[in-house]
Amino acid sequence: MKRRRAMAVGNKRKSISSQILASILVSAIYPMQNFPIMLINAMLAPFSFLLVITFISHGTLLGVAIIGALVMTTVSAGMALQADLSHFKNDIRLQDMVVSSPTSAIVYIIGMGLSELIYFLPNIIILAILAVIFMNLTATAVLTIAVVMTIMFIFSITLSFMLSTLTVDIIQSWAFTNMVSTLLSTLPPVYYPITYIPMPWRYLAYLSPTTYAAQLAQSAAGFIALSPTNILADWVILVVVAIVMLIIGVKRTRWREP
Amino acid sequence: MGRLVCDKVTKVYGKGATALDKVSFNVPASGIFALIGRNGAGKTTLVRILTTELMLSSGKATIDGVDVTNDPSTIRDMVAIVPQEARLLMWTTPKQFILAYLLYRGYGYKEAVERAAEAVKRVKIEKFADKQSQHLSGGTKRKALVAAVIAAEAKILFLDEPTTGLDPISRGELWAMLNQLKKDHFIFLTTHYLEEAERLADMIGIIEDGKLLAIGTLDNLRKKVKHEYSVRILQKGINVRLREGEVVTGLDGHRQILTTEREANRISQGLIKRGIRFSSSPISLEEIFYYLTKKSIDIADEEKEGNGGWQ
Repeated sequence: MKRRRAMAVGNKRKSISSQILASILVSAIYPMQNFPIMLINAMLAPFSFLLVITFISHGTLLGVAIIGALVMTTVSAGMALQADLSHFKNDIRLQDMVVSSPTSAIVYIIGMGLSELIYFLPNIIILAILAVIFMNLTATAVLTIAVVMTIMFIFSITLSFMLSTLTVDIIQSWAFTNMVSTLLSTLPPVYYPITYIPMPWRYLAYLSPTTYAAQLAQSAAGFIALSPTNILADWVILVVVAIVMLIIGVKRTRWREP
Repeated sequence: MGRLVCDKVTKVYGKGATALDKVSFNVPASGIFALIGRNGAGKTTLVRILTTELMLSSGKATIDGVDVTNDPSTIRDMVAIVPQEARLLMWTTPKQFILAYLLYRGYGYKEAVERAAEAVKRVKIEKFADKQSQHLSGGTKRKALVAAVIAAEAKILFLDEPTTGLDPISRGELWAMLNQLKKDHFIFLTTHYLEEAERLADMIGIIEDGKLLAIGTLDNLRKKVKHEYSVRILQKGINVRLREGEVVTGLDGHRQILTTEREANRISQGLIKRGIRFSSSPISLEEIFYYLTKKSIDIADEEKEGNGGWQ
């Protein structure tokens, strides 16, 4: 027993905050510091849609597009995680080094998730400033949008982590990224109200959890009118989908390969 | 220091491919243990099982009495690994990478910074410590990876083919580093460079097609081959009368005689008299490996039976 303690020198100094910081450093701070062009790339997708929608609608959908960009930023952050995780696991084998270290899967994913949030923080700050300038949001609307963004973030990082652990190659990962991107960002009416989608195509949009998130955010900001029953149904669907994703993620994720 | 014990460790992958087949050994967890084998022999699979990255299908493995399957968190405090294809992140410097790895190991930021600075000095890459890895040579990157696991203070280091792709000088520097490290670490090294195992390892295991063929010190392995000496004839078409031993053809096409020291001396004297170029030495790990795996050796039984006068 004494011998075992002597070899297990790491026990005493296991620090979860250090382990989270490690992920933030390798996945956000160092890339931003050493390769800032990646930061611009991260900002392009949500802002390009925002601009297109604003121009096409002659400015009438600016508010909806800002909210859409906020929601999509968190979804994009979660989706970007999949590529980073796959790169760390399959290309440079950093994840192998982490798996055989005192860092647990949950601490790793929290750190990686936070790193993506930090990466996308400039987007969120700029969009929040635009929202303050161009929109008149109530405290309830701000809270609703924040909660919706958080749920979508949890959903997308769980999905990303699960998919990344199942892939063995970055090319496989790209295939999943495209599928997830279609599900979470192309189908749902994030930058415009769902009523802009003609029937029966609208039903397709309801396949994506982002649709419910967007509806709740747009309703809270006063851009669309939803009945209390619809609002409740949207919340229930969004929360249930996120919880189911978490459960599937926990069960299907492979930290230690079988 | 304890022992590394594998008891009938078997790994069958999803599609029924057996990567490890009842691998059993019991070695002291000290010095350098080198596991040698060809590509796909099962080396990496065993390393991944022992470092808790991969579950075994059956059998049991323990390090210092700690069960790898049932107590992975204790094992993870004890071990650190440089995986076979590990690379530095393109946008990090060696110092940044080592710092991040130490944070993953649970060190506080300040201590991790100090340790990272010491680690780059220890592996003599301080000149490159703050350069982004995309501007570094393969050798420097590899040393940075090794520096990270050294700095972690894990007592058991798994280095999966650490010198693959390195130039001879970088390889030599890494060998020197490992020779220093083995004084206070147990190093589990996999390699397909037999010279590397011969030079570094205290114990050597030979694995082929998921089966452990032999394990022991180099001297032990020599005994398993039953031949102590090798005489390599460097000219073609030379006939030698052999009293004991075996004639084989190495990968380079040269005829080799595996035999006793006395017989090797006798044959050597004969070859010298005839002015034939040859080399004679104690049997090398390479020869032991070829002999045991029987993949690259053409045992010339037919010739011993009278074709060409080799008897």
